Amino acid sequence: MELISKNYLISLLDKGIRLDGRKLEEYRKIEVSYDISEHAEGSARVKIGDTEVIAGVKLETGEPYPDSPDEGNIIVSGEFLGLANEDFESGPPSVESIELSRVVDRGIRESKAIDLKKLCIKEKEKVWMVLIDIYVINDAGNLQDASALAALAALSKTKIPAYDEETKKADYKERKEKLPLVKMPVECSLGKIGKHIIVDPLLEEEKLLDARLTVASIGKVVCALQKGGNGTLSIEEIEKMLKIGIDKNSENLKVVKK
Amino acid sequence: MSYTKRNDGRKFDETREIKAEVGVIKNADGSAKFQIGKTIAIAAVYGPRNLYPKFLQNPEKGMLRCNYNMLSFSVDERIRPGPSRRSKEISLVTERALSPAVDLSTFTNAVVDVFVEIIQADAGTRCAGICAASMALADAGIPMRDLVAAVSVGKVGDKLVVDLNKLEEDYEGGATDVPIAVLPRNGEISLLQMDGEMEVKEIKEALEIGKKACEKIAEIQRKALKEKYKGD
Repeated sequence: MELISKNYLISLLDKGIRLDGRKLEEYRKIEVSYDISEHAEGSARVKIGDTEVIAGVKLETGEPYPDSPDEGNIIVSGEFLGLANEDFESGPPSVESIELSRVVDRGIRESKAIDLKKLCIKEKEKVWMVLIDIYVINDAGNLQDASALAALAALSKTKIPAYDEETKKADYKERKEKLPLVKMPVECSLGKIGKHIIVDPLLEEEKLLDARLTVASIGKVVCALQKGGNGTLSIEEIEKMLKIGIDKNSENLKVVKK
Repeated sequence: MSYTKRNDGRKFDETREIKAEVGVIKNADGSAKFQIGKTIAIAAVYGPRNLYPKFLQNPEKGMLRCNYNMLSFSVDERIRPGPSRRSKEISLVTERALSPAVDLSTFTNAVVDVFVEIIQADAGTRCAGICAASMALADAGIPMRDLVAAVSVGKVGDKLVVDLNKLEEDYEGGATDVPIAVLPRNGEISLLQMDGEMEVKEIKEALEIGKKACEKIAEIQRKALKEKYKGD
């Protein structure tokens, strides 16, 4: 990766252009493909420019949590594969991959995107667990938005396996009902560099951001936020970022629905 | 028990349909995708690059380090993400399968990292991984004596077969799986494992048909590499 000076980047942004020629509030091209792995209950690949992420959903039966005896569970995990970037190392999950999956998790959970009550098999005993696994295949920046979109796309195609009353487990030979995905949360990550706000940062830009804000929303309602980076944001900046984020999320949702 | 016809209609010495593609991961120094039937493997190569921790460095030659992993949703029963005993062993045998083909003598103190990911599994994943890795190494410009081709051979019921699928591996009349890797130019074998029971004569015969299948696989690998480097 090329090293770029922050002053150079800001001088470009002053003229209203990005390193790759985009406008400040413009995403790279987003492509979504579905059913990329047939043993998953739902799966999808999302490319945002050169960034590529795949997500798969598996359903398993398990016990409900004591405080929600009639609801299924969601578990999101993310892995930065060694093949995606020369800086990624094999081993226990990095703190970045933990943050990434937790922010995807919050977008889905807090928006109540999945009707968890419909995932109850037997109250207090058996529920479906929705396991969403996200893998980074090529990192060219903005893994957060690509991961959230991949998770959403995979969920939108997920079918629940048959439940075998005898073994009390899932029967993966047969998949029937669609997962009750009732809302579609999308995430937009914005960056602040100097006085400029950009969306969909490149890897080179990510290293130079003063601060980052990820906005998860459905329609006009914000359902999760995560501030990143060591710098600060003013209330005015946050307001601007929220507005841009909500707009971008509505646009990007169309790519999944198509 | 007689296995008279293969469950997917193939001839006994026929592999499943193969698709190979080079250059699938932009960040990597070399990468490839190898699909055989419903088994899909991708591989990426990074290096030669500095090897850490430093005490692992070898001043006489570079190190080949392989990492094999199955995505959690690549099979029916979800696999817990992260390394397992199985994936560590397969990483090791993958290294051994590829090592004889690569020349790392000039890359002193360095490492060449190979990452293999199984996207979708229907038996033969380690062999698909080795095929993808070998193409990725060539794509990365690592000096090589030959491309490594790999396939599983074995016995299903009473028949010797090439490239077992999952249904054949689980055949109720008994199945023996023998994954092999071959350096096609000299016919030497760099991976050999076996699970099940076979007689010496059968093993020899299985290796012969496996070698023939690997020659065909190597042609497909070469064609995919040429496709990327054909120029305009």
